[in-house]
Amino acid sequence: MDLSSINPLILLASIMVASTPILLAAIGEMVCEKSGVLNLGVEGMMITGAVCGFVVAVETGSPAIGFVAAALGGAVLSLLFGILTQYLLSNQVATGLALTLFGLGLSALIGQGYVGIKAPVTADVNIPLLSDIPVIGRIVFQHDLMVYFSIALIAGVWAFLKFTRAGLVLRAVGESHDAAHALGYQVVLIRLLAIMFGGACAGLGGAYVSLIRVPQWTEGMTAGAGWIALAIVVFASWRPWRVLIGAYLFGGVTVLQLNLQAAGVAIPVEYLSMSPYLITILVLVIMSANRSRAALGAPAALGRVFHASH
Amino acid sequence: MLTLEKRPSPSRMWTLLTPPLAVVLTMIAGGILFAFLGKNPVESIRTIFWDPVFGEFAFYYRGQLLVKAAPLILIAIGLSLGFRAGIWNIGAEGQYIVGAICGAGIGLAFYPTENPLIFPLMIFAGALGGWAWAMIPATLKVMFGTNEILVSLMLVYVAESMLASVSSSLLRNPEGMGFPGSRNFKDFPAAHNDYLIESAGIHWGVVAAFIAVIFAYVLLSRHILGFQIRVTGQSPRAARFAGVNPSRLILFCLGTSGALAGMAGMFEVTGPAGQISIDFNSGYGFTAIIVAFLGRLHPVGILLAGLLMALTYIGGEAAQSTLGLPAAAIQLLQGMLLFFLLAVDVLTNFRIRFGKTEAA
Amino acid sequence: MNRRSILAGAVLAVGLAGTAFAQQDKVKAGFIFVGPIGDGGWTYEHNKARLAVEEEFGDKVETVYQESVPEGADAERALTQMALGGADIIFTTSFGYMDPTINVAKKFPNVKFEHATGFKRADNAATYGARFYEGRAIQGLIAGNITKSNKIGYIGSFPIPEVIRGINSAFIHAKKANPDVEFSIIWAYTWFDPAKEADAATALIEQGADVILQHTDSTAPHAAAEKAGNVYAFGQASDMAEYAPMPRVSSIIDNWAPYYIERVGAVLDGTWESKDTWGGIGSGMVEIGEISDIVPEEVRTQALALRDQIASGEYHPFTGPINKQDGSAWLAEGETADDGTLLGMDFYVEGLTGDIPN
Repeated sequence: MDLSSINPLILLASIMVASTPILLAAIGEMVCEKSGVLNLGVEGMMITGAVCGFVVAVETGSPAIGFVAAALGGAVLSLLFGILTQYLLSNQVATGLALTLFGLGLSALIGQGYVGIKAPVTADVNIPLLSDIPVIGRIVFQHDLMVYFSIALIAGVWAFLKFTRAGLVLRAVGESHDAAHALGYQVVLIRLLAIMFGGACAGLGGAYVSLIRVPQWTEGMTAGAGWIALAIVVFASWRPWRVLIGAYLFGGVTVLQLNLQAAGVAIPVEYLSMSPYLITILVLVIMSANRSRAALGAPAALGRVFHASH
Repeated sequence: MLTLEKRPSPSRMWTLLTPPLAVVLTMIAGGILFAFLGKNPVESIRTIFWDPVFGEFAFYYRGQLLVKAAPLILIAIGLSLGFRAGIWNIGAEGQYIVGAICGAGIGLAFYPTENPLIFPLMIFAGALGGWAWAMIPATLKVMFGTNEILVSLMLVYVAESMLASVSSSLLRNPEGMGFPGSRNFKDFPAAHNDYLIESAGIHWGVVAAFIAVIFAYVLLSRHILGFQIRVTGQSPRAARFAGVNPSRLILFCLGTSGALAGMAGMFEVTGPAGQISIDFNSGYGFTAIIVAFLGRLHPVGILLAGLLMALTYIGGEAAQSTLGLPAAAIQLLQGMLLFFLLAVDVLTNFRIRFGKTEAA
Repeated sequence: MNRRSILAGAVLAVGLAGTAFAQQDKVKAGFIFVGPIGDGGWTYEHNKARLAVEEEFGDKVETVYQESVPEGADAERALTQMALGGADIIFTTSFGYMDPTINVAKKFPNVKFEHATGFKRADNAATYGARFYEGRAIQGLIAGNITKSNKIGYIGSFPIPEVIRGINSAFIHAKKANPDVEFSIIWAYTWFDPAKEADAATALIEQGADVILQHTDSTAPHAAAEKAGNVYAFGQASDMAEYAPMPRVSSIIDNWAPYYIERVGAVLDGTWESKDTWGGIGSGMVEIGEISDIVPEEVRTQALALRDQIASGEYHPFTGPINKQDGSAWLAEGETADDGTLLGMDFYVEGLTGDIPN
């Protein structure tokens, strides 16, 4: 056992990279859930984003265009979910599960000719001055752009929900679609937009896996990250900054256990890997036991079908 | 513009017509997909939807349909009770795994004893394991009002980790050369869920699935509890006036679905799957949610939906090996089938009107 | 006629159609794959060998395959499906298919089955596997020579004999080349999960490893090594040449093609019989991918010499004196390990640190 071989700062930097895909997917899903829609198809949207981003990046040679394509791909797939649940009023749980199945199949077909190809390299951004700070600078301020983008996105969503009128409307729709509808808001349209935002973010998260973290295309490569994103939203009790903490915690457990193994520490891997989920349940219980609605961030209309009946 | 008008009650005609309509739409869309992949669309569709039931080797496939459908039906029946009452157990996968671990674990503890009581004991242990796992979200919901969707989903991951742990330590086959995975139940007759009629694919899990369908049908149509479930689903307020105890209902619905899922896991692991291994579960608990919805939460509907789902799996496998269709195309086809079923369902509950939209 | 006898009759008819153990004009070969053929590693190589069989026999062979078949109930059905569909020989390419293969083989006595990496056989069910540990010896030699930090990272999949054998073999030869070398082992508990493999490689690199060996199938560790700079890696299962010459300095390639061609040919000739094949470098089942120029000339020569010695049978990678991790003697001077011990290997050799989890 040699714990001294683990440098906490380097570990932190790794965790930031490892957590970015689930962070992106989770913040998208959070906005979607805030509007009252539970989309269990995150995994399907992520993998679709992963393949779209990879294919386009390889064809154009530009990872940036790849990321745009990934966001578009995820959003288009989520639109399918949106049309089914919002216009055809299908059950959200079943539709979301079907979306995952569909996305896994679709992505594998699209990616058939792209196995074993290398993606164009995404350069790390050196933030001037900050990245020159000894030790910390090299570790915290020298990542690829998407790491910073994901954190900026958290801040953006936080500000949007807290300070803007549109954010208020979104939350209102998620709390009570009937009341929002009575006030003259276009519930379906707002929800569609939220669903597409969720899809785009999941797509970006998937592309981060296929373009930066791995980087290559292989079938099913997101390997359950979409499901973890769903757990993070719950863990975060639907609050943007807690999504950040949740994502780093969930991503961190994996990275930490690998690092502990590399340092020769014998750890029961299974118990460590189930711990974030147990913590999430604990958080849920604490939140719901404290019965004040403010503590419970869950949108009241989550998962319920809306139909303007008049 | 098209507008939807809610029907006062679901249309009987469309309830019966929408599933075949969705299947036909899937065949058309699937045919286009297969043509696009350079395969003969008619032959592909025939291989998937027709051959397993009526083709040359139907004598084998028909039995396999039951084997594949049984766990889906058993789990979906349990889930449908809760779904009808607005109680959302989406963690059946976890209950299925825990049921399998408990059932198989009890059995293996007796290895190599031969006693006719072992198998019934294992069924009980499997059901108990699933029940206990479902009681976690149920109890939390009753005590604290914790959201059961999320807790049951989280517990799936916990169960998966437990499965990984036991299959490489506690239940690992001591004669398995160090490979993860338990003993094979085929080598342990007293605990083996063997075929009762092999050519028909009937084992105890299939029998249990049929019993569950009948049990659910009677419960929902004849029993006071079934009435309470239905009324709670339609109007929780009315249910309270009708004297329904919501806590009791939550415990009953989650408990029953957990027990059935646990039993399904136990039958599967000791029969068709043969052994506890890291990934024996293959997602039945999630697929069963889809089956429950496809079956319109009705026992007979679930029976048919389970068989249809099994057909796409088995036909899809046949299409892979005989026509060289990629596995991904089959997954895509299943996704499409579900989308079409969910989409056309709108006709059951709504009437489509042509005319100007109101400010929606 | 009851249903059971209908099944038996049909099975018999299908079996007879294969006219077993006699020369035949045309053979239908089936393959059951555990992953997608596009995994770039394990299944990819098996599929490549399938295509080689088609190439070799042309019109005389028809191949069918099914990918991503879950181990367990579904595998048994997929196998039955293929046998019913008229396959004469079926290759099942993952350890988890062992029991299903044996079960189905009982029902179709005239169809031949070939199970990869297993240990259960029957009259119509053979087993085959590769001595990957031979390739590991060469990797170990190169790794021990090129490491500057004296720390080698090893990504294991599951703590099973095959993987442990590979670790031991690589370690013994790395240690010979460089007595200061240390191994850092991570168990990923997966054969294939690119994201996790990338994280594992990153963790090892961050803790000072500058050579990464892997027993998982994706190229993700290579990408991580490339990103880190001066870190070397070895292709696993497949050549992974897209990462040559750096970070990929060599590779172990699973070349199943000669074996598959031999066995399908045996069915055609009517000479097929059930046996266990454990092929290594000598029989061509294990290939060493080109050693890139990054490796010093002298080391390359040594590595190639070692390869040739192993191929000719002159040298066995497990030749004593070798002690077990706890210091107890395992192999005496000059003694070589027997296959039985190797197949069930559940211990580290002396010098490795850490415990094998179970």
